[in-house]
Amino acid sequence: MSSESLISALYVFALAAFLGYQVISRVPPLLHTPLMSATNAISGISLVGSIVTAGAHYNTVSTILGFVAVVCSTTNVVGGFVITDRMLRMFKRKEVRKDK
Amino acid sequence: MQTYFIELSYLLASILFILGLKGLSHPETAKRGMHLAEFGMLMAIIGTLMHHEIISYTWIITGLVIGSLVGLAMGVWVPMTAMPQRTALSHAFGAFAAALVGISEFYRVFSSGGHLERITMSALGFEVMLGALTTTGSLLAFAKLQGLVRGTPMTYKGQNVFNMVLLAITISIFVYLIVVPGSMPLFFTMVGLAFIFGLLLVMPIGSADMPVVMSLLNSYAGLASAATGFVLNNKVLIIAGTLDGFSGFILSILMCRAMNRSMTNVLFGAFGSAATTAVGGSELQGTMREVSLDDVATQLAYANKVVFVPGYGLATAQAQHAVRELADVLEKRGVTVKYGIHPVAGRMPGHMNVLLAEANVPYSSLYELEQINPEFPTTDVSVVVGANDVVNPDARENPASPIAGMPILDVDKSKSVIVLKRGQGKGFSGLENPLFFKPVTGMLYGDAKDTLTRLVQAVQHA
Repeated sequence: MSSESLISALYVFALAAFLGYQVISRVPPLLHTPLMSATNAISGISLVGSIVTAGAHYNTVSTILGFVAVVCSTTNVVGGFVITDRMLRMFKRKEVRKDK
Repeated sequence: MQTYFIELSYLLASILFILGLKGLSHPETAKRGMHLAEFGMLMAIIGTLMHHEIISYTWIITGLVIGSLVGLAMGVWVPMTAMPQRTALSHAFGAFAAALVGISEFYRVFSSGGHLERITMSALGFEVMLGALTTTGSLLAFAKLQGLVRGTPMTYKGQNVFNMVLLAITISIFVYLIVVPGSMPLFFTMVGLAFIFGLLLVMPIGSADMPVVMSLLNSYAGLASAATGFVLNNKVLIIAGTLDGFSGFILSILMCRAMNRSMTNVLFGAFGSAATTAVGGSELQGTMREVSLDDVATQLAYANKVVFVPGYGLATAQAQHAVRELADVLEKRGVTVKYGIHPVAGRMPGHMNVLLAEANVPYSSLYELEQINPEFPTTDVSVVVGANDVVNPDARENPASPIAGMPILDVDKSKSVIVLKRGQGKGFSGLENPLFFKPVTGMLYGDAKDTLTRLVQAVQHA
């Protein structure tokens, strides 16, 4: 990694850190559990790293490791989003009873 | 051209992830936000599939299919009460994937006699160490939560020193590898030590402190992904990993504040065992006043305002639906019903909220600590269901208590307190609770779900 791309990666990291702090601190305690599963699903983006490793056939060890990594990351992505959706669907506001 | 398209899809994914998390600021916008994030993820995956270095798709497709099936199964069949366990398992998977990518990168470069720059090696080292320790740490957390392993802290003399020494050794290997790159056996030793360290880190932590540990592990898994981003020079990985890392970190700080303990105290303080040695001598004097079901039913039926305080016991008894039925019956009689949710009630942040939402409790009835505490003096009946430390007045009144200074729900300020408890034991944390001995409190023994269901009947006839 050249020093140029390192610096630009550090810029991205710093900005992501500040942005992350702002966005996350606005999530109410009510939604902390979906927050955990959503951030976990999103970090499953490491899938894109393992896809290349599993498909480029550098050598046997890498391919196997890549394959296992693909399985793990995909489980996280799919499971994480499914469960976050499921949780979010449960949060309902109080219905105003019209029958009173 | 191809690279351009791939990079664009990553940029799109980054933007959509941020928008997705922004949507989580309110239940109404959350669902749509998540759909945006999901779309972003899909685009990033499709983009990557067109990467020019890919020779064959067999392993990729197989992996994607297996992963999707397992993920789907986990997502659909896990009951809400097992949410902490599922989350712990996810952290393990995510961290493991990050570690594997790092290991395979190292192997790929050095087995073909290549060379890694110092900076890349540093990032790789972080990625692999964090990933490894988070994997085993999360697996142990899962085992503790699921009851496969004792929930009480496992400690031994000199534990902290041993852990520190192990960590020091691991880090020195890491530094050495940066300076003198390429030694395969050393690398794998470092990885192995990191795996062991993860276990040792989580071993002394009791179940009651799980919310902090879960958030920390969430953070580490994210940081491991961010480190992967530095290694592969992939910006969407850096962004997503950093967001996850910070999210977990913020949550763990919130949890620590809610327990009024510092992070070091939680990680290295072995809460449960400290409690039994400190409070062991002072046996609480006084009697616990038992009340009958009908008494409670009458109190509830003629109350103006009732506040339910759920704790982990609600989850173990699977009583969330019964609580809601009771609340419904009371509301039909014109009683105002609210729920007081302490930030560390349960085994992970937001645990109680999710359980109650599953039981169809509208989120507008759920109140945070600062919102509900002022209301207790005007509350006729507070019903404590499976909660213990979060309503323990020792936190306010006894400076020698292990939980001194912890913000609690002031249920003892209400006009009457009913505590639902299985028996006369000490609860998950092993701390005596003076609330149970106060004159304002009545104890209603029995299985929470059973008791609540019978209360529903009794209130209807009151």
